[in-house]
Amino acid sequence: MNGRELIYEAVSRSLVDCELTIEDIDAIVIGNMDHFESINSADTWSVEGSGGVMKPIMKINTGGTTGTSVAIAAYYHVASGIFDRVLAIGWEKNSESDTTGAIITCSDPIWDRFSYSGAIPSLATEAIGYLKRSGATQEDAARVAVRDRTHALNNPYAHLRKPITVQDVMESPMLAYPIKLLDVCPRSDGACAVVFASEEAARRITAKPAWVTACSVRHSLSWFGDFDFDAGLLSLARASREAYEKAGIKSPPDEIDVAELYLPYSYAGLKWIEDLGFCPQNKAPEFVWSGATDMGGRIPINPSGGVISTNCIGATALLRVAEAAIQVMGRGGERQVPDVVNSLATGFGGCFWSDVFLMSSCMP
Amino acid sequence: MEKIAIVGLAQTKFERRKPDKTYYDLVYEVTRDALEDSGLTLADIDNVITVSNDFLDGRTISSMAVGEAAGGHDKNISTVEGDGTFGAFYGAIRVLGGFRSTLVVAHSKGSEGNVSYISNALFDPIYQRPLGIESLASAALQANSYMEKFGLSEIDFAKFSVKNHGNAWNNPYAQIPLTITVQDVLSSPKLADPIKLLDCSPISDGAAAIIIADEKTAMKSAKKPVWIRGIGHCCEEYFLGDRDLADPRALRSAAKKAFEMAGISNPSREIRVAEVYDAFSYMEPLWLEGLGFCKPGGGPELLDCGVISRGGTLPVNPSGGVLSAHAVLVAGLVRLIEAALQLRGEAQGRQVEDVHRALAHGINGPCGQSHCVWVLESD
Repeated sequence: MNGRELIYEAVSRSLVDCELTIEDIDAIVIGNMDHFESINSADTWSVEGSGGVMKPIMKINTGGTTGTSVAIAAYYHVASGIFDRVLAIGWEKNSESDTTGAIITCSDPIWDRFSYSGAIPSLATEAIGYLKRSGATQEDAARVAVRDRTHALNNPYAHLRKPITVQDVMESPMLAYPIKLLDVCPRSDGACAVVFASEEAARRITAKPAWVTACSVRHSLSWFGDFDFDAGLLSLARASREAYEKAGIKSPPDEIDVAELYLPYSYAGLKWIEDLGFCPQNKAPEFVWSGATDMGGRIPINPSGGVISTNCIGATALLRVAEAAIQVMGRGGERQVPDVVNSLATGFGGCFWSDVFLMSSCMP
Repeated sequence: MEKIAIVGLAQTKFERRKPDKTYYDLVYEVTRDALEDSGLTLADIDNVITVSNDFLDGRTISSMAVGEAAGGHDKNISTVEGDGTFGAFYGAIRVLGGFRSTLVVAHSKGSEGNVSYISNALFDPIYQRPLGIESLASAALQANSYMEKFGLSEIDFAKFSVKNHGNAWNNPYAQIPLTITVQDVLSSPKLADPIKLLDCSPISDGAAAIIIADEKTAMKSAKKPVWIRGIGHCCEEYFLGDRDLADPRALRSAAKKAFEMAGISNPSREIRVAEVYDAFSYMEPLWLEGLGFCKPGGGPELLDCGVISRGGTLPVNPSGGVLSAHAVLVAGLVRLIEAALQLRGEAQGRQVEDVHRALAHGINGPCGQSHCVWVLESD
């Protein structure tokens, strides 16, 4: 299927899911990475797939954070009071792209491109900084990958659905030290569509909507050379602090019942959960090994299998929002975490940027 | 709709090439200048929307290059890939949705890319791109369609080029002010029948920024607020063959939404000045019809009767329009800025008298597939 058909499939299913027709949709926000599929102005190109014909439609592209930027845009469309039901769409056909060739051009051609090209090198540098600072090991990171890949077995939509062990990860080919093949996400084709609605419209659609309680964004840096590899992921720390405050969350690991985190590689699952306040600095390895982030643990992370199991970039961050919403709505089937009230979704991408999106079964 | 306003604005002079400025330099300049214009500080801005396009910039995640320059450090920020009017639309709804103010900034450097390849990439990669269709050829198709449907001529379109290039003399930011005649336009080199060189907008480098604020923040600003009374956008089908290129129904729908919000029932009586996206000379009359300023096919007559000339009852593009300066993505935001300047009484040599309500318009996609319409008002 082509890109427009992929979008059509996700959109059709989302409409069936909330028992609406495309006529009920007031506006559309869509995102993907232009250079991947090499389509200029993918919003106007894909209207027959998205249902955007004779509707307002706009396009957003913020790299890996595209999906959460799209979700946040859909939220503001509704929050403005102008639109009642808004469709958020994220999609990517990585099989039709030279992903790395396209990502390389995100770096400044003079200052950054020769050091930090493609997705992996800057992350590898971050991983080294974290290992040095925390004393964590490659096996600790591997445990994160094992968790996400294990969780994916419960998710019929996940791309990679084969379990792996820590040993498998350790023996997989080294890509850029210390990142090995099984530490990092695949390239996937996929699309995700989420329907946002105003209070009144939402109540008519479902008895249990996932209410948006806060969203925060920090996309502060333009150059990879400005990132402090010895420090935490500052964008995530700041965005999450702001979001927690807006939502009235004081102790994240106690008040958040499930988290769908944009972890494109395993080391992120150690370092970034410290920045989210799930555990103290440098204590993530023991937190993860204790099972606290597994299904049944204190704060399950990525019941969907996360990004390490599926990465269709334009969709990926929106999938985190969708999966976190599914958890609040109690529709997770085999990947459902019991008794979810609050869920957290994050987006990551660009120049170490972060988006934070909080939802709850209780209206704010 | 609660009261929101444009409280700050800035644009660069538009030039064929700005060899000494990167596009982040341009973004920084207009951001700084818009802040200065508004009398607000960066602390008063709680969110930023950048407008950029990966193909134009040759950068995947083109927003990455300019976020810092746009004042986005440690702030909520997002981006729209499309004309500046659409980016400003998102900026406006973010203020309606809870932010105090949004800074919206757009940039492009046409000098740093090949506009033919870049606009060729708008078209379907399998069925259409190999034909070599791009912005010029597709515009020619639309111009022909429009001429045939209503029996219009190249002369009808040439008059708009004469008007707008002439208007540009009053606009210090415009790239090509020209004193030309209809004959000059008709004898300019033919590029894609019926479009000739003087029917086309130029390739430009430039940037522009506006600040949209809630009422409370607007009262703090240094300038007379330009109230945003109506906004709407809408998109048609993708394949040109699925559309009636001479019938801009997406524009009609967008205009209807904006007019309804603004409480306008008779646009040609209630709008005093309009800035519309005339990337080609035929586009101005076509869009004026879509906006409801006249009946379909009646666009050229608006000019012949003097209605839309400088001294008319509804001057259109007193700035010189897109025909006189065309930094892609920026040009729509400039239409908003020019309309705002008119409402503030700051349009200097291009100022129209007694302006209290103005319209600004932008387009996205091939042959104006998508349109965004704004109605602005001053007290």
